[in-house]
Amino acid sequence: MLAWTIYLSFAGALLEALLPKDKPALARWSALAIALAGCGLAVLGFAAGVGHGRGVIADVPWVPSMGIRFTLAADGISLVLVLLTGLAAVAGVLFSWNIELRTNEFFAFYLALIGGVYGVFLSYDLFLLFVFYEIAIVPKYFLISIWGSTRREYGAMKLALYSFVGSAMVLIGLLAAYSSSGSRSTGLVQLAHAGLPVSFQMWAFPLVFVGFGILAGMWPFHTWAPTGHVAAPTAASMLLAGVVMKLGAYGCLRVAMGLFPHGMDPWGFSYLGIGSWRDVFALLAVIGIVYGALVALVQSDFKFVIGYSSVSHMGFVLLGLMTLNQIGMTGAVLQMFSHGIIAGLLFAIVGRIVYERTHTRQLAELEGMHLSKRLPFAAWAFVIAGVASMGLPGFSGFIAEFQVLVGSWSANPWWTGAAGVGIVVGVAYTWRALQLAFFSDAHPVAHIHEHGHELAAITWPEVAGVSMLVAVSLAVGLYPKMLLDAIEPAVKAMLAGGGQ
Amino acid sequence: MNYADLLRVTLPETALEVTALIVLIVDLGVLRGRTLRLRVVAAVLLGMFGCGVALMTIPLQAQGGLNFPGTDQLLLAAGGSATVAQVGILALTVLTLLLVFDSTFTRNVGEFVAVLLMAATGGLLIAAAQDLLVIFIGLELLSLGLYILTAFAKKSGKSAEAAMKYYLFGGMSAAFLLFGFSYLYGVTGSTNLHQIMQAMYGSNAINATPLLTVALVMVAAGLGFKVAAVPFHFWAPDAYEGAPAPAAAFIASVSKVASFALLISIGTAALHVFGDAHVVRFMVITADDHFPKYLGFATPWSFALTILAVASMVLGNLAALAQRSVRRLLAYSAIAHAGYILLALAYFSRTPVSAQAVMYYILTYGLTTIGAFGVVGAVERASGSDQMEAFAGLHRRNPVLAAILLVLFLSLAGIPPLVGFWAKFNLFAAVLGVSKGAVPFALVALAIAMSAVSLYYYLQVLKRAYVTPALDDSKIPVHPVTMTALIFIALWAVMMGVFPAILQVWMQSFYAAM
Repeated sequence: MLAWTIYLSFAGALLEALLPKDKPALARWSALAIALAGCGLAVLGFAAGVGHGRGVIADVPWVPSMGIRFTLAADGISLVLVLLTGLAAVAGVLFSWNIELRTNEFFAFYLALIGGVYGVFLSYDLFLLFVFYEIAIVPKYFLISIWGSTRREYGAMKLALYSFVGSAMVLIGLLAAYSSSGSRSTGLVQLAHAGLPVSFQMWAFPLVFVGFGILAGMWPFHTWAPTGHVAAPTAASMLLAGVVMKLGAYGCLRVAMGLFPHGMDPWGFSYLGIGSWRDVFALLAVIGIVYGALVALVQSDFKFVIGYSSVSHMGFVLLGLMTLNQIGMTGAVLQMFSHGIIAGLLFAIVGRIVYERTHTRQLAELEGMHLSKRLPFAAWAFVIAGVASMGLPGFSGFIAEFQVLVGSWSANPWWTGAAGVGIVVGVAYTWRALQLAFFSDAHPVAHIHEHGHELAAITWPEVAGVSMLVAVSLAVGLYPKMLLDAIEPAVKAMLAGGGQ
Repeated sequence: MNYADLLRVTLPETALEVTALIVLIVDLGVLRGRTLRLRVVAAVLLGMFGCGVALMTIPLQAQGGLNFPGTDQLLLAAGGSATVAQVGILALTVLTLLLVFDSTFTRNVGEFVAVLLMAATGGLLIAAAQDLLVIFIGLELLSLGLYILTAFAKKSGKSAEAAMKYYLFGGMSAAFLLFGFSYLYGVTGSTNLHQIMQAMYGSNAINATPLLTVALVMVAAGLGFKVAAVPFHFWAPDAYEGAPAPAAAFIASVSKVASFALLISIGTAALHVFGDAHVVRFMVITADDHFPKYLGFATPWSFALTILAVASMVLGNLAALAQRSVRRLLAYSAIAHAGYILLALAYFSRTPVSAQAVMYYILTYGLTTIGAFGVVGAVERASGSDQMEAFAGLHRRNPVLAAILLVLFLSLAGIPPLVGFWAKFNLFAAVLGVSKGAVPFALVALAIAMSAVSLYYYLQVLKRAYVTPALDDSKIPVHPVTMTALIFIALWAVMMGVFPAILQVWMQSFYAAM
């Protein structure tokens, strides 16, 4: 059933491309229908798959001479991320409702991207995973460069090149693992059991981890993320932060850590407390958390605040992965889901609800607009999203980041201390943005009121999208067990080394 | 000599030559004074018919090929890479002919088609040749045809300039090649590839190592010219830019297939002789058969090829970044692709895996390139320029053409699930399958990094087509036949990418029979 999320999205992309150009409404509704159908399948698949371990969905030979198989399967981690993709896809369509330029092409690229993302999360063959991973790169370029805003061509090209360099590193690791395993297979399970030499894992692990980490916004390879997010149209930045960065983190977890677990073994010497690749990447994650938060604190562009906050929040995911214990890794996966929902919400508010009406994202200009009075819906939505993003109890972010911090405490208390600083700064930048953009009592900016124009009313897709994302974040925050039931056994199996 | 046997092996070549003559007779005789449109249709249809007949005769070829009379020395091979290459050459020639349909660069279309067919005949000969003399004849037949085709747009100064450059470089490289061949013959006493390899293995050739090295380097230089490897690539950008679109497509596809098939023949012959050790060991003499590690660099041949490969993929990709003309961009990207393939030829395996990977790559590359030149030609006719700016707003001016360009360029960049990705993966896996040493691994890593660079310039063109607004909104007309061919190529690139095993299995069937 879950496999149909992939086929449906690609078929939808093809359909959108063939739709007549002058019927944007048709393109919108059909895209919404396809996204909803995919989301429905994801929910059903999630409900059916929880508690059943790894379920194989499809497994047929693809390139027999090279041992490549078309293997789709889902464990708890995949299920959660597929669910996230389904939700984000629907929300993205809702927040793209006002796209008038080349509407059908927009949704064609959009659905192609979604299909690729579903595919990555469901692939259990390294080769297949890589194929889907690359499929997800190209549509992003066009989504940003055609429908984007600030410095869109620069942002799009930067993102495409970063992604492609990352995937080139992954491809090198893939070829190396394939040729040195001698198993004549690219199945994740087979490769994990191929007994790759430790010396090989030692250099393949960092290569592949960094390759995927680039897309996960790992410091110092994160610089594509803020510019890409800012340049992207709302739906694309929602997807970028919501699911595409998760592709990177998922690859780190499933491929780099799953196939080369010995790459995280100690080197046998240590320098300044760093004695393994695990320490290196945990350090980079912590730097990312703090750096992202600090940079977000001083941005003058509203969207850059959210862009850098994504870098900070993704740092928690990477830190959680590097704890290598049950609670930390569970937290990391939950954080992927949580950040996907919350970042999507934040980008939707900033990019669609505010920017499309005020035509500025400069906090200095928004300050004089009294948006809390003129756009109360946006203001309150941002309050909720901001609170969720800060990690207050009751929202999904809390339970996720809390678990990561607990996990990292038992791995290395220093990491937790530093990451805690990031949380504090996180409160500060969210508060600052909230205050400047919505609740400022600064004097009105002259030119806004000169024309005296009213801001357009909030439309139903916006209300629907915001409500959906808030509801999901709340639901997970209040009753995390529904996701944890899926994640925990899968993480346990991964840690035991047999789950792959 | 048994002429019946000779005819059986050279049936495809004969069919093409006869067709070329028929095309000339029909065009200059029967259809003299008729409209250009009619003559184009007649010439193209006849040419395609000839290719079809040639394709039909391939199964009739004698299994195992033709030996030199009275000896067991192979003259022309049949089966394996030779046959795959021949089928590929004929199929790509058909597609090139389809591009001629709406070309307007010449009135002498009969002559164009005839020369094209003769050049293709040269390609067929090279693909099968196992003897230095036949190789040289085939190469000259192909090259002379290509010079003429390049010059065919008589009203274009660029065309003449390109042809002149191509001719001068080509003549010089032929001299290099002949010089190398003469040394090879002098040292080993044979013109047969297998005999030469045998002799190299024997002691008398080992004593003449410096001469052999000179000979091999000369041969590598001569063939490096044919495949446009750096530093013998100078003709390529000019020829791609100046030649009429179908001629450029032909140079980029058929001529490449033939030249790489020849390199495969050389590699196969060498490994056939040297067997298990699969090292051409005449510089480092290590007779340790219990340790059959590939010494790659120990041989001047693979050393020369490696240097050509690295130089080509680095320089080709970097130079392509700076191009404004899409044709020149395609030329530099062709150089880069040649670099990847040369890497697989430098690390050649004893099993047919490498040969198949190279054939897979060059055939799919040739097909994609023909499609790309088809699109470039159509845009050029509408806007009079092949600069990137001419592609602006292509998605409005002709959405189908833009979609084709998207698929083909992404395939050239090696984005899955398109066929170009599989070709690259196959090729690099073959290199690593031969040797797990650090050097080949570093070379593959370099190649992959360079193909990441290549995405940038392919995207530059696609950006014009999809993102930049059009300068003028007029539609770009394409002849339905050409359009059908282009759509077929693009669909094929997608289908072969989604089901890559089909082509692999088809190719393997030729090797299995050997």
